[in-house]
Amino acid sequence: MVDLPEKKVGIISCSGEACVEGTISRVATRRVLEKLRPEETVTICLPLFLAGGKEERAFAKCYPTITVDGCEKQCAKIATERYSGKPASSIVITDLTGNPGCSRSGRRKLSSGALALAEKAAERIAKEVDQVLDHWR
Amino acid sequence: MKTTMQKKVIVIPCSGIGKALGSVSREATYEVVENLRKGVTDTTCLALITSEDKETLQLVKTNKCITVDGCPLQCAEKNVKLAGGELAASFRVVDTLKENRKLKPKSVTFLDRDGQELASLLAKQVAEKVDELLKK
Repeated sequence: MVDLPEKKVGIISCSGEACVEGTISRVATRRVLEKLRPEETVTICLPLFLAGGKEERAFAKCYPTITVDGCEKQCAKIATERYSGKPASSIVITDLTGNPGCSRSGRRKLSSGALALAEKAAERIAKEVDQVLDHWR
Repeated sequence: MKTTMQKKVIVIPCSGIGKALGSVSREATYEVVENLRKGVTDTTCLALITSEDKETLQLVKTNKCITVDGCPLQCAEKNVKLAGGELAASFRVVDTLKENRKLKPKSVTFLDRDGQELASLLAKQVAEKVDELLKK
């Protein structure tokens, strides 16, 4: 029997350096990659879509993707759609907080409240990963 | 009375999420803009440049930019150049790492001690470059 390549989900975070929601999106993404779904997920640095080559831009064609954005500008979703392919799912941190604004304070070191939000976001991403994989199987 | 906005040096880290070097670039940037050269520097999300946000493209075109990249792929430098930004200087974490071979940063999400130390050393280099650019 032929061994088919293992299906994985690509998670693309905005990594937004300017605001705390960007830090939360990055920490949540790392949490999924390292702890919650390490065998089922991969990532790519978002700016590689422009800085890299064809291989990087083919990322969304190789993997169904989930974009994780800090704010409503949704850079990860926009850039993934523009340069790679339509994401299977998109998450915005400010949708989870119910507060549309971005905040600069706490972006360097997350408060306990922000860490709890990152955990909540990570669980949401993990659920989306499961749904994407279920859809595939 | 007409007021003019004070120009700042924009320090842009690489947004790297896969390796510790990206986290070092981010921490070094925060150390410069929030501590070492607070007030005369600022940062922005590299993703906003990648997604071609108009306001951010204007920001990098009208202010001197310093990019801080984690790895040799140099995403920050390449994205700023592609956006037509005013690239005044570029730093790479890998270069600072080569100068300090005893440091071996491993942790990605939250930097370990070696990562923090490397970020601190790099931040000092970036701050010196900021001073140089502000004198011009």
